Amino acid sequence: MNESLRNIWTILKRELNGYFASPVAYVFIVIFLLLNGFFTFMLGGFFELGEASLSRPFFNWHPWLYLFLVPAAGMRLWAEERRVGTLELLLTMPVTAAQAIIGKFLACWAFLALALALTFPVVGTVYYLGHPDGGAVFAGYVGSLLLAGAYLAVTVATSAMTRNQVISFILSVVICFFLILAGWEPVTSLLVRWAPAGLVELVTGFSVMPHFASFQRGVIDFRDLLFFASVIVFSLFGTSVILRGLRGA
Amino acid sequence: MIDVENLIKEFGPKRAVNGVSFTVRRGEILGFLGPNGAGKSTTMRMITGFFPPTSGRVRIGDHDIAEAPTAAKKLIGYLPESAPCYSDMTVNGFLRFTAELRGMRGAQIDAAVAKVAGLCFLEGVLHQSVDTLSKGYRHRTCFAQSILHDPEVLVLDEPTDGLDPNQKHEVRQIIKRMGQTKAIIFSTHILEEVEACCSRAIIIDRGTVVANGTPAELKARADAAGSVHLRVRGVAAETLKSKLGALSVVGRVQLQDNADGSLSARAFPRDKSTRADLAQSIAQTATQSGWSFDELHTEEGRLDDVFRAITLPDSVKTRE
Repeated sequence: MNESLRNIWTILKRELNGYFASPVAYVFIVIFLLLNGFFTFMLGGFFELGEASLSRPFFNWHPWLYLFLVPAAGMRLWAEERRVGTLELLLTMPVTAAQAIIGKFLACWAFLALALALTFPVVGTVYYLGHPDGGAVFAGYVGSLLLAGAYLAVTVATSAMTRNQVISFILSVVICFFLILAGWEPVTSLLVRWAPAGLVELVTGFSVMPHFASFQRGVIDFRDLLFFASVIVFSLFGTSVILRGLRGA
Repeated sequence: MIDVENLIKEFGPKRAVNGVSFTVRRGEILGFLGPNGAGKSTTMRMITGFFPPTSGRVRIGDHDIAEAPTAAKKLIGYLPESAPCYSDMTVNGFLRFTAELRGMRGAQIDAAVAKVAGLCFLEGVLHQSVDTLSKGYRHRTCFAQSILHDPEVLVLDEPTDGLDPNQKHEVRQIIKRMGQTKAIIFSTHILEEVEACCSRAIIIDRGTVVANGTPAELKARADAAGSVHLRVRGVAAETLKSKLGALSVVGRVQLQDNADGSLSARAFPRDKSTRADLAQSIAQTATQSGWSFDELHTEEGRLDDVFRAITLPDSVKTRE
């Protein structure tokens, strides 16, 4: 294995173990699953809808659910290192900042993926009750995971900005909220009334919503993949700039 | 092994380190002294590659820390000032994590961890969470991390801070032993520590090096260095002062009454050339005059006098 991959793997392992060393991971997973169940079956009206699809009752809620849960899972990634001073230890090891950023991001993303995977009973239910489109379910999960990754990358960046986890949390919620609102229908329909079409398109272009929506419909489009990938890459690159700035360069 | 060339670091308008240069060779232990806020930690952070310098160069072995950071960092073991550790890990987990980042594998890790755990007396707490450790243990855990890969260069920021006297002694012994084959730089506020284990010391004040030499050389810079101290009984103060003052080698004489009724005289040499004969002539005078004396010795000078003289606190300097 190449050296930088090994460093990323070492950091990833440490972070992931860190989640399970404390009750945080279990509390997070339980809350995530409870909320998912509540939204799907109570608010989403899974049974009343009478269709064998997860798009509306299940995936529809994810942008809102992740809005709070993803920043909560990722807020400590750098803020804690800065507060305790281990940042100095980590960055004076033979490890590049990029390796550390990627390792931490992947660790938290893997954790979120695990939480998402534990929603499998919902899939079981819909298959038991009807004949859903397997492709659409799969695409929904891919979209949901990418959505979580995009939010998480934003959280990684805000986490590097401060040594205070609460500030990091609030900042990332605000930014992710913007990523939703910019393309959320009630907002865009307001915008359409007075803004030129070009502007509406520009603002909507920043939003995760239209991209996530096509995954919900069961479409895995290269452009949507590219959108999420660029949000993630841009945010992680921003993190490395923030970390360099911290050290007074 | 460590080459520091004209290092400058600015934080906004403030210049924390202003043109620091020095070298540390293999087998040398360099003591890094200075008042709080003098720029010690900032300098060490630049040496270890945590802060990039505003200007200047740092070379570790054959590698420039700015151009080949990873290669340079591999040679360094670093103990940061606050001795930070990941508090959610066990001591064992923490040491294994750092060993892995240092590129060790499998059995190598087991051996390295066992070795430093023994050296730093961590065997009893290996499976305890760092959270639950006392400050001394946490400090030693971080110290263990810095020597885990047997680095060629050790940078230790206040390695004995917060340890009890026994632990301080142990850490000093480890540093001394490792200093035979490595280049070590450590900062401290404890001046005896510098005398006890450093082959060279640097004093830095307001970001510049104000003194650089062996501990003995630095001590010789003290005011009292080279003066002779004589303690006598039953001799009148005037007689003592006039007889000593009459010697050609003596510059000036200070007298002091002691609590036990004896009288102390401190004779300073007239100039550097008379320093060597001073004690001899005073001893002769004392015997010839028939004084009974308890004590006669040449002062070596004290490091903290030198330290205080060249790093005056701000308040004193502005008053001048």
